[in-house]
Amino acid sequence: MGNDDLRKQLAEQYRWGFVTDIEQDTAPLGLSEDIVRLISAKKGEPEFMLEWRLRAYRHWLTLKEPGWSTVRHAPIDYQGIHYYAAPRGSAGPKSLAEVDPQLLATYEKLGIPLAEREALAGVAVDAVFDSVSVATTFKDKLEKLGIVFCSFSEAVHKHPDLVRQYLGSVVPHTDNFFASLNSAVFSDGSFVYVPKGVRCPMELSTYFRINARNSGQFERTLIVADEGAYVSYLEGCTAPMRDENQLHAAVVELVALKDARIKYSTVQNWYPGDAEGRGGIYNFVTKRGECRGERAHISWTQVETGSAITWKYPSCVLTGDGSVGEFYSVALTNNRQQADTGTKMIHVGRDTRSTIVSKGISAGRGSNAYRGLVKVLKGADNARNHSQCDSLLMGPDCAAHTFPTIEVKNPSARVEHEASTSRIGEDQLFYLRSRGLSEEDAVGLIVNGFCKEVFNELPMEFAVEAQKLLAVSLEGAVG
Amino acid sequence: MLTIHDLHVSIQGRPILQGIDLAVKPGEVHAIMGPNGSGKSTLAQVLAGRSGYEVTRGEVTYLDHDLLALAPEERARAGLFLAFQYPLEIPGVANVQLLRTALNAVRRARGQEEMDAFDFLEYVKDKLALLEMDDALLYRAVNEGFSGGEKKRNEILQMAVLEPRLAILDETDSGLDIDALRVVAHGVNVLKGADQAIVLVTHYQRLLDHVVPDYVHVLSEGRIVCSGDRDLALELEEKGYAWLNDEAAHTEPHP
Ligand SMILES: Nc1ncnc2c1ncn2[C@@H]1O[C@H](COP(=O)(O)OP(=O)(O)O)[C@@H](O)[C@H]1O
Ligand SMILES: [Mg+2]
Repeated sequence: MGNDDLRKQLAEQYRWGFVTDIEQDTAPLGLSEDIVRLISAKKGEPEFMLEWRLRAYRHWLTLKEPGWSTVRHAPIDYQGIHYYAAPRGSAGPKSLAEVDPQLLATYEKLGIPLAEREALAGVAVDAVFDSVSVATTFKDKLEKLGIVFCSFSEAVHKHPDLVRQYLGSVVPHTDNFFASLNSAVFSDGSFVYVPKGVRCPMELSTYFRINARNSGQFERTLIVADEGAYVSYLEGCTAPMRDENQLHAAVVELVALKDARIKYSTVQNWYPGDAEGRGGIYNFVTKRGECRGERAHISWTQVETGSAITWKYPSCVLTGDGSVGEFYSVALTNNRQQADTGTKMIHVGRDTRSTIVSKGISAGRGSNAYRGLVKVLKGADNARNHSQCDSLLMGPDCAAHTFPTIEVKNPSARVEHEASTSRIGEDQLFYLRSRGLSEEDAVGLIVNGFCKEVFNELPMEFAVEAQKLLAVSLEGAVG
Repeated sequence: MLTIHDLHVSIQGRPILQGIDLAVKPGEVHAIMGPNGSGKSTLAQVLAGRSGYEVTRGEVTYLDHDLLALAPEERARAGLFLAFQYPLEIPGVANVQLLRTALNAVRRARGQEEMDAFDFLEYVKDKLALLEMDDALLYRAVNEGFSGGEKKRNEILQMAVLEPRLAILDETDSGLDIDALRVVAHGVNVLKGADQAIVLVTHYQRLLDHVVPDYVHVLSEGRIVCSGDRDLALELEEKGYAWLNDEAAHTEPHP
């Protein structure tokens, strides 16, 4: 491909225009009010957005990094980060030859097509050309139904009223250290609005949003399902993405109005670092959904296998009477990965129900903590919760912890918690190997069996990929 | 097909098998009997490749392989099968999934094409019918919540699916009622052929009524103290093992 062709292809890509100017300079290091203003100005944002960012920034200044989780890391220098930068592709490797061969081997095992491997590895030529046409037909179809699915920046311009109404309504700019930081400086993300009574006919995935990759570090997602609407949203990609940024602090807000249903599925496989934990992503995410109307329903399903540090607690605020919250999670830590993850289920309305299924897998020197809060407020008559937290340990050097907290202020509530810890048995492995399975396949089978209840909640293709991914992530964990 | 020569095995430094010699030819059925704790399961597990058992002396040849040098999965792919005395539970993994994964691993090793889900379903349904087992069993998690008898039958189903050259059954008959025993015996008899060999570890004559052994060996304290034909099994049924131990104290086992 000649250079001109290439440029044309890239221009095509940016016609979808979430990043307006790829030649853009990088802002100076560090964070200040000027930087916040610069970000907002570069994006040509309306006044209300700038004000919101500034409020968040000023509040962030009053906060300290939280210290209550089990994760441990070297201090993060918040003044040592570029909060506005040209697409990272320009700083990435020039060709696959410069990419960590182990990463490439993983892509091969996952069966990622060659063209996509470059994109995932962050090679400067990072357009997934095939997807352009897919994205086009996709968008037309959705528009006919009145569904808005676009980048956050685009939504700010095209649907400012919706953004203004819902932004920060579930995760306020004051919520926590990382959420405030995100609110001040978020670069981009996704916006979804599904109008009244509309059932979104396809899974919405950032994969189809061409340059979602560039919105990385401080991503912000807002999904609103109006009354009676339904949407299933897939976040992420099952292949590990190479990324220059060590710190990620994303925010996801979901709003489900009366009788609406949102299903949010994540497969998170950011770079976990090498066997010694060097270079992995720190992933501090705030995810929360509110069932704002009667009988609204939100389910979170997550498969977390990447990042050096995962700190996230997708939560549901069950405000509407009869509303339902669900959390299905698989978190895997290998080598020196640390995960502190779980959920909060806040029962506000009457007859609200929640289900928590958490599967933690620790291997190598990985550390895995489940942290959960089930809170039943005074008015939540007949609230029901069932929680199940299972841990699977592989090898002698890993760790699993569970920190379930239950606060019940209404006597008619019923809250149940079950927990188990097991070890992958030599005996089980031998049994499977004696049937002809390789050790890797045997481990894969046992682990997938352990995670089955969660995988059952994932959309079909995602489930298949998630299974492969677990196997790859556990390579070398036994034997 | 299988030649065991002077096999000594220790577990955590304690000698368990103390010089086993055994030769099994294609088409033969061997029964291994003996009191509890005599080392029957240890022998079976060592042949299948379980780790944690130290072979301190001896060799085992299987077909053209130095059996002890192979990983457990390589042994399975070379046609060796062990029906476990205590089958393991694999929660969340459907029986059908294990069966197909295992068969395809073995088929790949044999240079055969993998079977897709549809062909496999037909294939496995024939096997289920053979063993008078319900299709529903395919979709239950491997051995999870199975009764003792169901687990044993499930082992035989795995054997029927994998069609091994050498099948070792470790007390598959223990704890089975008469009907289940008949079904298990049927499974073994269907597998049996001129190219296959079978080693039955058992306490009881009753399985041997259905699967007639060519040889019967008695294992005691890690040695084969006595070998004979099917009449030996009948004699043991009558007299128990005690008289053998008395004799073994005075005579050397056969070379
Ligand atoms: N994993 C093990 N660890 C320690 N001792 C064992 C183990 N397996 C078997 N043994 C010992 O080896 C001896 C033989 O056991 P086994 O082979 O199971 O006998 P059998 O099958 O003939 O009843 C017994 O004394 C038993 O306690
Ligand atoms: Mg035994």
